Amino acid sequence: MKKDDYLDLDFYDIGPSIPLNRREFLKLIGGGIVVLFSVGDSLFLEAQRRPGQQLPDDFNAFLRIGEDGRVSCFTGKIEMGQGVVTSLAMMLADELGVSLDSVDMVMGDTDLCPWDMGTWGSMTTRFFGPPLRAAAAEARAVLIELAAEHLQTPPSQLRVEGGVVFHESQRQKKVTYAQLAKGKKMVRRLKKEKVLEKPSEFTIVGTPVSRRDSMKKVTGKAKFAGDLREPGMLYARILRPPAHGAKLVSVDTSAAQKVKGTQVIKEDGLIAVLHEDPELAEEAIKQVKVKWEKPEAKVDENSIFDHLLKVAPKGEVVSQGGDLARGEEVSKVVVEKTYLDGYVAHATIETHTALAKIEGDKATIWASTQNPFGVKEEVTSALGFPAENVRVLTPFVGGGFGGKASNRQTVEAAKLSKLSGRPVQVAWTRAEEFFYDTFRPAAVVKIKAGINGQGRLTLWDYGVYFAGERGSQHFFDIPHHRTMSFGAGWRGTPGSHPFGTGAWRAPANNTNTFARESHIDILASEAGMDPLEFRLMNLKDKKMIRVLETAAKKFGWTAAKAPSGRGYGIASGIDAGTYVAHMAEVNVDKKTGKLEVKRVVCAQDMGLSVNPAGAKIQMEGCITMGLGYALTEDIHFKGGEIFDLNFDTYEIPKFSLIPRIETILIEDRDVAPQGGGEPAIICMGGVIANAIFDAIGARVLQLPMTPERILQAVS
Amino acid sequence: MDKTIRFKLNGQPKSLPLDRKRMLLWVLRTDFGLTGTKYGCGEGFCGACTVLVNNEAVRSCQLPVEDVDGKEILTIEGLAKNGKLHPLQEAFVKYDALQCGFCTPGMILNAYSLLVKIPNPTQKDIVEALDDNLCRCGAHTRIIQAIQTAAKGMKGGSQR
Repeated sequence: MKKDDYLDLDFYDIGPSIPLNRREFLKLIGGGIVVLFSVGDSLFLEAQRRPGQQLPDDFNAFLRIGEDGRVSCFTGKIEMGQGVVTSLAMMLADELGVSLDSVDMVMGDTDLCPWDMGTWGSMTTRFFGPPLRAAAAEARAVLIELAAEHLQTPPSQLRVEGGVVFHESQRQKKVTYAQLAKGKKMVRRLKKEKVLEKPSEFTIVGTPVSRRDSMKKVTGKAKFAGDLREPGMLYARILRPPAHGAKLVSVDTSAAQKVKGTQVIKEDGLIAVLHEDPELAEEAIKQVKVKWEKPEAKVDENSIFDHLLKVAPKGEVVSQGGDLARGEEVSKVVVEKTYLDGYVAHATIETHTALAKIEGDKATIWASTQNPFGVKEEVTSALGFPAENVRVLTPFVGGGFGGKASNRQTVEAAKLSKLSGRPVQVAWTRAEEFFYDTFRPAAVVKIKAGINGQGRLTLWDYGVYFAGERGSQHFFDIPHHRTMSFGAGWRGTPGSHPFGTGAWRAPANNTNTFARESHIDILASEAGMDPLEFRLMNLKDKKMIRVLETAAKKFGWTAAKAPSGRGYGIASGIDAGTYVAHMAEVNVDKKTGKLEVKRVVCAQDMGLSVNPAGAKIQMEGCITMGLGYALTEDIHFKGGEIFDLNFDTYEIPKFSLIPRIETILIEDRDVAPQGGGEPAIICMGGVIANAIFDAIGARVLQLPMTPERILQAVS
Repeated sequence: MDKTIRFKLNGQPKSLPLDRKRMLLWVLRTDFGLTGTKYGCGEGFCGACTVLVNNEAVRSCQLPVEDVDGKEILTIEGLAKNGKLHPLQEAFVKYDALQCGFCTPGMILNAYSLLVKIPNPTQKDIVEALDDNLCRCGAHTRIIQAIQTAAKGMKGGSQR
């Protein structure tokens, strides 16, 4: 894998893996015809491997044609709303020649599914798709061989449709997959990816299909981790500090003990109450008398940016070319600005939840998580159990966006179950969810850039602090340029962030795209040019030109120098291999700073779109979620104390905020599928900032763009 | 406060002995195993716990269960009748008006309550009625489409 490819994914914290016990594993698989394969992200893993770390060198997914003819795909990936339970099944059905209804996806069960790194980075379709299709093609070849023998017909004369193999000219000469798989136990290992069919031959892939999980979700039957019950299960409430870094001075649980039926646990700093009734557990935790010592608060949401610049480590060059000094010489106008971005929360509606059941030295954990195998590792090490005795299952996950790559609640449930001898459910309250969320890091971007007398970009000196590298590289045609990243990765460096930070939908790219696209717009304005024309003139990347032109056509963009008073904004970017261009129309009240987003258009080129219906849903979701970080979402804090602990002060997008949204997928069926869950969110800061400038001539340099900040920019 | 309250839950008569103040959300999720009603924020800000009490959408995390004495409660599990989906449920499926699905029961029940009051709501009516039901995945536009379609299908009749 090329460096650029994995940099784009930007995932730095992969834990040590638990090697597979292949023989044990194969025993579990059962009868039928099985094809084992490796998901392509293992290449990515290899590229990121830490010294001494062992990685699975064997298969990490497989499919099975059961003796009943049903097709199952087993994978450690999980479904959290992004729709892969549908898109992966579509790919499999197409390649194998069966109906979509006959495919089952078995996901996120660490006993049934081989090891997987986790579900994030818009990687599932990109890296899972090709080997899944190759494995399905292998299975199909095996089935055709068996059918040829069964029907006494050369394989070349056989065709497959709906799980039935038949003679091409005598359709009555046929045999079903179920008949072929009956009584068999065949295991094949996919050696390498085969040359696949042309996308034009797909019948299911590329056609819009409705979600397969919606029936359960509209009837209340879909089970999330908090909906599961085990006999004797207790609900836990855990004592939490008032601030990150606070030290426990004294604790008295005697009053809590008096709430009838309460079990109090105190062990190594884990202080919790357990009860059969969740409300009585809540009642009991309130009775705990506790004294904390809060550390001195050094930073808050205003001083954090200076702090970050002060503690930033030495920068790393992401890319460079030409000579910056020369660039400055040949520039007619040079503009220097600093862009700021605050902390934002994942704020999934389902809070972190886990149910743990310990029997002897065996543990079963049901978790709302994006990486069940990560949970398995954490629980295994917390309990000191043998790895093969820990099973993690993943029911439906109520949103992730990167936040459920962090699994603290699973270890809490496991420890409490072990200590109490009962199954224990830990379901975080909304306040706990905000407190322990791994926020998108606050970040600073400094840009110094120039243009010549013809409006050509001549200089680009870019430094991003603490957001991360993803999306930091510009894609314009600039002779003298350098992109630096300081404090790369989202977890920060020691002493940088006063609480946990982590990956947040399209990590780093939201911050980087906001800064770049704002700055490009400023330069367009300096050049006296229409912002679209300015971009097109400074671009050589044909794909980027195409998405911009597609968005402009749909939007009905007409050339005008900003500020035109129309409130039109534009921004574009690349994320997870996918190109996006956004245009927006806003109304700004100059007196109050109040903003109305009227319309957002987004054009996206993601190569072959496996499920166009699902891809469009993801685009709409991205645009909507992006409005939050652009306009309202900001964590207020002082040191390790978080002030936003519910949705009253932390405002996520509501119905009344949602503009008219139009999405366009650019057909690019001969290019492999690229990421779809994140790209369309990256432009939302930039497109709105540029629309505000076009409306009232005020430039907002900090996210979120609240009415106060818009007013500040006006004056 | 030892007493027994009686109410109808998804059409079935139920009784519940009470010895303390309890919220409807937890009674539904624990005593009756109706886990389609979700905990989202615990303070009435998100709407994931919305159920119908006498056809009115309420936040069950904020409603003491004694207040439903003598009333009718409908949860998401009681909306489909004899395996046939309610038009709202059908429309949510048809328009892919969900992603993770965690807010979906609350959205559907709040929409139901809206259609009881306003059988043919405008987009503005829907936005106002559902504004405090939060969805993090961003299914809003499709939820509005689904509700409008369901309203048309129900031809002004709030009940099936």
